[in-house]
Amino acid sequence: MKWPAMTYHRATSLADVWAAFAAHGPSVTILAGGQTLLATLAFRLSEPGMLLDITRIPELRGITLQGQVLRIGALTRHVELGRDLLVRQHAPLLAQAVPHIAHPAIRNRGTIGGSLAYADPAAELPACAVALDAVVVAASTAGERRIPASAFFTDLLQNALAPGEIIVAVEIPIQPSLAAIDEVARRSGDYAMAGLAAAMRVHDGRVVAPRLVYFGVGRGPVLAGAACRALEGRPLTAESIAAAQAALTTDLDPPQDLHGPSEMKRHLARVLTARVLNAWLRPTEMAA
Amino acid sequence: MNQITPASIGLSREDLPNSYIGRSVPRPNAPKLVQGRATYTDDVVLPRMLHTAFLRSPCAHARIGAIETAAAMAVPGVVRVFTGADIAKVCDPWVATLDHLKGMKSAPQYPLPLHRATWQGEPIVAVLAETRAAAEDGVAALAVTFEPLPAQTDMESALAPGAVVIHPELGDNLVFTRTAETGDVAAAFAAAHKVVEARFVTGRHTGVTLEPRSIIADYNRADGTLTVHHSTQAPHMMQGVFAKQLRMAEGDVRVICKDVGGSFGIKVHVYPDEVAVAAMARIMGRPVKFIADRFEAFASDIHARDHRIHGRLAVDAEGRVLAFDVDDLTGIGPYSVYPRTSAIEGNQVVNLCGGPYDFRNYRCTTTVVLQNKAPTCQYRAVGHPIATAVTEGLMDLAAEALGMDPIEIRRRNLIRDDAYPYTSPAGMRFEGLSHHASLDKLLQMVPVARIRADQAEARSRGVYRGLGIAAFIELTNPSPFMYGIGGARISAQDGCTVRMDPDGSIVASSGVTEQGQGTEAILAQIVAHGVGVAVERVKIITGDTQTTPYGGGTWACRGAGIGGEAALQSAIALKQQLLDVAGAMLQAAPDSLDIVLGRIVDKAGGAERMTLHELGRIVYFRGDTLPRELQRELVQTRHFITKEYPFAFTNGIQASWVEVDPATGMVKLLEHWCVEDCGRIVNPMLVDEQVRGGIVQGIGGALYEHCIYDAQGNLLTTTLADYLVPMSAEMPEMHVGHVETPTRESLLGAKGAGEAGTAGAPGAIMNAINDALRPLGARVHEQPFTPERILRALGTIA
Amino acid sequence: MITLTVNGERVSRHVDPRRHLIDFLRLDLGLTGSHAGCEHGVCGACTVRVDGEIVRGCLVLAASLDGAEVTTIEGLSDSGEVADLQANFVARNAAQCGFCTPGMIMTAADILAHQKDATRAEIREHLAGNYCRCTGYQAIVDAVEATLEARR
Repeated sequence: MKWPAMTYHRATSLADVWAAFAAHGPSVTILAGGQTLLATLAFRLSEPGMLLDITRIPELRGITLQGQVLRIGALTRHVELGRDLLVRQHAPLLAQAVPHIAHPAIRNRGTIGGSLAYADPAAELPACAVALDAVVVAASTAGERRIPASAFFTDLLQNALAPGEIIVAVEIPIQPSLAAIDEVARRSGDYAMAGLAAAMRVHDGRVVAPRLVYFGVGRGPVLAGAACRALEGRPLTAESIAAAQAALTTDLDPPQDLHGPSEMKRHLARVLTARVLNAWLRPTEMAA
Repeated sequence: MNQITPASIGLSREDLPNSYIGRSVPRPNAPKLVQGRATYTDDVVLPRMLHTAFLRSPCAHARIGAIETAAAMAVPGVVRVFTGADIAKVCDPWVATLDHLKGMKSAPQYPLPLHRATWQGEPIVAVLAETRAAAEDGVAALAVTFEPLPAQTDMESALAPGAVVIHPELGDNLVFTRTAETGDVAAAFAAAHKVVEARFVTGRHTGVTLEPRSIIADYNRADGTLTVHHSTQAPHMMQGVFAKQLRMAEGDVRVICKDVGGSFGIKVHVYPDEVAVAAMARIMGRPVKFIADRFEAFASDIHARDHRIHGRLAVDAEGRVLAFDVDDLTGIGPYSVYPRTSAIEGNQVVNLCGGPYDFRNYRCTTTVVLQNKAPTCQYRAVGHPIATAVTEGLMDLAAEALGMDPIEIRRRNLIRDDAYPYTSPAGMRFEGLSHHASLDKLLQMVPVARIRADQAEARSRGVYRGLGIAAFIELTNPSPFMYGIGGARISAQDGCTVRMDPDGSIVASSGVTEQGQGTEAILAQIVAHGVGVAVERVKIITGDTQTTPYGGGTWACRGAGIGGEAALQSAIALKQQLLDVAGAMLQAAPDSLDIVLGRIVDKAGGAERMTLHELGRIVYFRGDTLPRELQRELVQTRHFITKEYPFAFTNGIQASWVEVDPATGMVKLLEHWCVEDCGRIVNPMLVDEQVRGGIVQGIGGALYEHCIYDAQGNLLTTTLADYLVPMSAEMPEMHVGHVETPTRESLLGAKGAGEAGTAGAPGAIMNAINDALRPLGARVHEQPFTPERILRALGTIA
Repeated sequence: MITLTVNGERVSRHVDPRRHLIDFLRLDLGLTGSHAGCEHGVCGACTVRVDGEIVRGCLVLAASLDGAEVTTIEGLSDSGEVADLQANFVARNAAQCGFCTPGMIMTAADILAHQKDATRAEIREHLAGNYCRCTGYQAIVDAVEATLEARR
């Protein structure tokens, strides 16, 4: 279908954004890469009054190392995330996630800020953000506000942004850790039937601060608390991995979808748990 | 780029003129495609053209109440709103039945229904506007009351007591049923060494032509003509349909079909929204364009292959097939689709089950019922993938029950290559097939021993791979026995007019059409061969009812076999005419002359006598120098129709090598092979690519594609993100081999090749998956073979 | 009013915000080589270049392109940049109905420009967002591979 009638305004500074919010209020929809928003307009599921294009605001760009934090501008496109040397060095999980996201032409436009704001439960980057314990930096006329990723995704396609706020950056704490992403998708580039973004450290042969975050299996990225507790403080072994898998019964209650029932998705989550964690068995055992 | 010369296709001067047949000549119309210079229907813009969008039923079954149009008419750009009653004033309904399908019934269908909506997605109200966007805004502003009625979505209960009878005047939901029975099936099963059986399901899927259905209808009040630019496979058939439904003379309707962005059977049917467009143009007296968007395509293009089949197979101790017993049920939506009808697919299942094998006892029933889902009709390889999957699935079960190799059981049962002519238990007459030669060829291509060794080694590592085989037959070159005898104005004959212009260039116009399969390329090759000119001197015209001879268009793999033969016959006739004229000019006996690469030569010795360019100059500009009585019309038309056999059957065999991940249920396609016999091959490269494209379409049905409805009849797979089509990353490398058994019905000897890939692929993949799963005690027979279904078969999930 | 460069020519137009890039190219500029196959970002038939990178034309607001540089199949063909690729598409019959082909060529050109050592699997992966119903993809992969090899 053709997009609905709407107006378009391009902001070239955050001040422009605040002015547009002030003038047009809730009818403003932020347009970043547009790779999800514009597709949904073709379904005529929503009719934004005004699209506010933020892609030419310089403050939203750039990837910088700021002390122990990697700050990734909201307008960082997936293709940039995948090839950026700082990301590869300090948040390789994000670079690993990129090839799973749709296709090259989409990755050339889609942005990390847009992906987080849209909060699709099957998307990779929200799960990675939670797994990396990232902080979403939101801004409004009141200034900046830092929201932990784990508190950012509030429900299906819902986020913790207040009216008048936009995402300006994502901050990733830098600490040496194991991190990996894996997913089961019907075809390359499809949204996953189930996926796992995992991060943890190993100290003295024991798992520290594990973060197993599942996607495509809930109403948002799911930080699997029970599975993480099953690993925390224990050596990474076949037994502890099995315990984490078993704990997913508590952690996950996936909604059924066209691919299959809840039970299948939980099963796939367990398979991914083994696949991701088994890959780390050897270094862990060596560390022990 | 791509100038075709003898050297460029590896020919010497001595090879010509008769060596364009069998050569991989690149398509002359391909350069425009790769440069974005083609002309699809949506690329055509006419003065005063309006655009239309349809309000479609949100309900599977509902009474249409009040239609409020005032708000829509107030939308800027909206010109007019049409309801079913408005359209019916100028357009008659149709009923899609065929007389030779005994007892078949269906209900009258209007372009826009008058009282009831019978599937979700049915066009109900049309809005005309200056742009498509404004027309959609108009649709959004319409207020139509739908009073929901109980929907009959499940085909299994469509004939049961308590079923919702979709058209009460029909009495029940039964459209058609037919049983073919030969021999003594009961006795054969009673005497069998082994009996195997299974329940097969083929998933309802659809064509997803990348170019959606597209039409511009333009009624000119000044001369009373309707010109329709249409993305279609059958321009002449559509000419007749528009004329009949709009109460016009056929001669006052012209259908023009330029480039078509894929068809696969989707674009050979009469769609209510497209007829409504013609009716609106008739009323408005100006052009009306309708380009279906992707959501409309999923909800209103024909669907296909919604079948449930119980199959049983009886074999003796040596693995000889004793009997097939098959019961097929298919739900076709609320109307049989005009004019081919929606009973043909089930009928094909009856015709084709067991088709490759030599056996005596056969029973097959198809039951075709109505339901409140999108209408189904003929789609690439109509019925073949269903019959092949059932037949070959049962053959593998029998082999397993006997402890016999799947290749060996096929070798013991395939019809012998010297057994022809042969009439199958289903009553199909085969002129000449090559099952054993094809199997031998396949085994030359597939490294079976290496694969089996690899399979065993992989299993020891917990990796499950499987090899599956599927033999098949394919119906091509249909005669009037397919549709014509049933009363449908669907032409089984086709014509070609070949002429020579003054500069010696050749123009051929043909009733068959180009949908991307390479029709124009093979026609150019055939005409170049027939006349004796270089292929780049031949221009082909297709897709215009006013300038091409009457023909059936493109369907059932008839382009090369029927259209190609008409082209060859007319080209040879033109050559004879040219030689007669040349003989008169050169004071030589015509039969002492030949035409080679555009030059008249002495047949003996090959000395050049004159060019066709010179001949053309004299005929067209100095006719005064020729003998008074000399016939000098440098144009010839021939039509061709098959006469001996109702259909030219082809055959082939495929093999699929897959890996199944038992943890996730994912299937990885490792490699695929197909050997097929389409008779004389005009252009090997085009045939190979038809086969490859067909295989991938079969893979789509086997692994991915599924129109999923909920119990209320709501279509859930409405986008390309939900309806999964095969994409490049998951597709296997495919190897194609050939055996050539030309049909003796024609000089050319060509049969069809376009549906072979689709016919065999799902069965081969199913058997490969089940071969992989065998050590795990799991089997799947329900397509598509999704991770969910494989995990269920494994018992991983309930 | 936007002013942008399309296939090397400067273009200024008033454009409705609801117009996506493909409709802008097709309806406003008459560049019908780019096709709308799904209009929801999945099929790839509308692939064009914006500022040197391939994008889905149906997921780009034309109004947002003031100052941008857009290249379509028409411009790519005229420049001769991928004449060898196009010749290989023809020679290998990598286009059947041709509706996907302009988008496929644009995406394949991206491989030629950025992944000169791409394997068949990498070619398949890069093309995985471009739907072709006709070919089964193998001939397309062959044509891209042959072009890469010839350029090495």
